[in-house]
Amino acid sequence: MLAKRIIPCLDIKNNEVVKGINFEDLRSAGDPVELAKRYNDELADELMFLDITASHEKRKTISELVRKISENIFIPFSVGGGVSEIEDIRNLLNSGADKVSINTAAVLGPGLIDTAAKKFGSSTIVIAIDAKKIGDEYIVFTHGGRNNSGINAINWAKEVYNRGAGEILLTSMDRDGTKNGYEINLTSSVVKNVKIPVIASGGARDAKDMEEVFVKADASAALAASIFHYEDSGIIPIKKYLKSKGINVRL
Amino acid sequence: MNKNKPKKKIVIIDYGMGNLKNVRNAFNFLGYDAEITGNYRHIENAAHLILPGVGGFKDAMLTLKQKGLIEPVKDAIAGGKNFLGICLGMQLLFETSEEFGHSEGLGILKGKVIKFDEEIIPLIPHIGWNDVEILKPLKEFNGIENKSFFYFLHSYYCVPEEDIAAAVCDYYGKFSACVKKDNIFACQFHPEKSHTAGLTLLKNFINN
Repeated sequence: MLAKRIIPCLDIKNNEVVKGINFEDLRSAGDPVELAKRYNDELADELMFLDITASHEKRKTISELVRKISENIFIPFSVGGGVSEIEDIRNLLNSGADKVSINTAAVLGPGLIDTAAKKFGSSTIVIAIDAKKIGDEYIVFTHGGRNNSGINAINWAKEVYNRGAGEILLTSMDRDGTKNGYEINLTSSVVKNVKIPVIASGGARDAKDMEEVFVKADASAALAASIFHYEDSGIIPIKKYLKSKGINVRL
Repeated sequence: MNKNKPKKKIVIIDYGMGNLKNVRNAFNFLGYDAEITGNYRHIENAAHLILPGVGGFKDAMLTLKQKGLIEPVKDAIAGGKNFLGICLGMQLLFETSEEFGHSEGLGILKGKVIKFDEEIIPLIPHIGWNDVEILKPLKEFNGIENKSFFYFLHSYYCVPEEDIAAAVCDYYGKFSACVKKDNIFACQFHPEKSHTAGLTLLKNFINN
């Protein structure tokens, strides 16, 4: 049986992890390679790396960092952040990423999904969707959550699936950073409308939140950033809890 | 020692399909050098030969043909070299694939490659960690617990005609996760992405 995945996310700016760090261990906490190695050892099922550096030198620095991380971890490795064209995807895959996630560029030009899926295979293309509830509707936001695209998130999920995306990384902007748990209704609505894995993101506080998103929304994977750094909510204790609740995890 | 003579070594066959560096990274981590090459002379001189790959079956066969690698690979296998096929590199060993209707494979192993049934299976591709049931106590599985999890990423799977399945995976029905015949070992999962269990398997392959 396929296991539910637990995915730690590193938010990177200028080669440093900028979010989700308990600064207890300053020496290693800010170093993405050290943190990636640690998550690899702690049975993370995959590593997500989101680069939020905004500079012209970005492509070079990110390639180097992706290369260093990929040499040190032996689990799937997804990279995203500012991916806007085929060349960006090729560059990240050549540097050692297994999958590349695309967000704003896919909304601005959905044809990129078709082209990328044909060129590199659906399984390497993850579409990241940032959704926010407005009235009764979930709306897609772009540019790191700054721009309202006016597009319905469930319809967008169906469209990216039909265009050949291999996975959806679904972030609830309403829950992100709140530690109030995943947005079950949003996640469940997307899961029911696509035949590709959905990674739930935004709002995780503990193992119970992950249990909820697996049981109630049937997400394929649960992503979180900051919580894994604390010992009582490390990946292994979370997985042990999930297993005790009858959820199939890799331990 | 004759300096012009290449050393016997681990060769990862480069035919432009998928991420070969991560296979090399895994060997490097285990303390072995591995060369990524599409040069048939280096293939001839390899002690251990690896055919990895992610992507389409038809494209892969076409690229192998264009690069003149079909005969060197067949010769290497017929000559008894230790051979490891990974994911698409496992599928290519079989006679045919139903991708795009019908595609010819290398035909080294008897059987075919078919697609997961969309009517039965809710999520395709099969992406993620699945437990694997070991059927035969091979050296390749030394130190690996039965039902260990490995990382899969595929929409097609192999249906061997002979009794060569060494391990099976259950994803809405059982399929061959590993096959072993003579000097050939092949796996549908990605050992280079399967953490400790995968690295152990790669190490066992080299120490065979």
